[in-house]
Amino acid sequence: MTSRGPLAWQFGTLADIVQETPRVASLYFDIPEWHGHLAGQHVDVRLTAEDGYVAERSYSIASPPEDPRVALTVERLDDGEVSPYLVGELRLGDRVELRGPIGGFFVWRVGDDRPLFLIGGGSGVVPLMAMLRHRGRMRSKTPARLLYSSRTLADIIYRAELDSLATAGDGLEVYHTLTREKPDGWKGFTRRVDQAMMQEVAWPKEQMPAVFICGPTTFVEASASLLVAMGYPPAAIKTERFGATGGSA
Amino acid sequence: MTMDEMRLDGNAIGGLLREIFAMEMTSSLGTCAHCGAVNELARVQVYVHAPGTVVRCPACEAVLMRVVRGRGRYWVDMTGVRCLEFAEQA
Repeated sequence: MTSRGPLAWQFGTLADIVQETPRVASLYFDIPEWHGHLAGQHVDVRLTAEDGYVAERSYSIASPPEDPRVALTVERLDDGEVSPYLVGELRLGDRVELRGPIGGFFVWRVGDDRPLFLIGGGSGVVPLMAMLRHRGRMRSKTPARLLYSSRTLADIIYRAELDSLATAGDGLEVYHTLTREKPDGWKGFTRRVDQAMMQEVAWPKEQMPAVFICGPTTFVEASASLLVAMGYPPAAIKTERFGATGGSA
Repeated sequence: MTMDEMRLDGNAIGGLLREIFAMEMTSSLGTCAHCGAVNELARVQVYVHAPGTVVRCPACEAVLMRVVRGRGRYWVDMTGVRCLEFAEQA
């Protein structure tokens, strides 16, 4: 997993597809020259049209470093150039050009014993899931909390797996909020992330938590601002913005 | 889409920076030549919808870096970066 030297583009072969929500699928790739990754890193995917037009996008890795296959969880954006191909067109056995792993900032490793506070909006949960899967696989007991904002119940990615991770009794708590739906019997939050929610969910700043926030740009910046207003040191807050996604989480 | 929604951060250009510097750069530290703020490159503001990529200081929004790639060549304007600091990598 060297972080030195150029990164070659190579072909990954689609080995499995897991439909996570109506618009989101996890794509499991076999990549021959893969030398491992860290939880939180991403890959670049490149599609080349017959006329030579090239479209390149970044996708977070959802699988933990312990898995031999690399999973990308991709949200299909109807006006997107790349995601409608990846989610909908791509078939098992098809090859996709990609390079990675990329990034060394938005990463978390078992061994960092600070309490972990993860905040995800929509498909921003993907790199956070790689961290939680890594934590679970390594049987880490590092206290961790996930605050995850989705539009509706049906839009929650990894819902069953998150439920199961949260009931393992190893110190993980998962908090959901829904911004566009209030289902009957729902016990989570039903509003956008705000100061009161942060006060309820965030670790006290005296515990010096490590914070990772990922999602649409406006979601990430609003969440980070709330934590800074609560006295969290900006340096302890790591953020990854993925721009607009055609509707905020 | 508003300018705010188009704004990405330095994580998004990890691959591009790796092409240019041939190493992981998002955790390296850049000093803004305009205001002196020091930030990991992952924390800078990035606009990829401009012709080429425009990188701005998260503190004062001055342009740190502009990268244009085309016809098999790169143009890298780093006028706005006074200093880059990064760890030796094995």
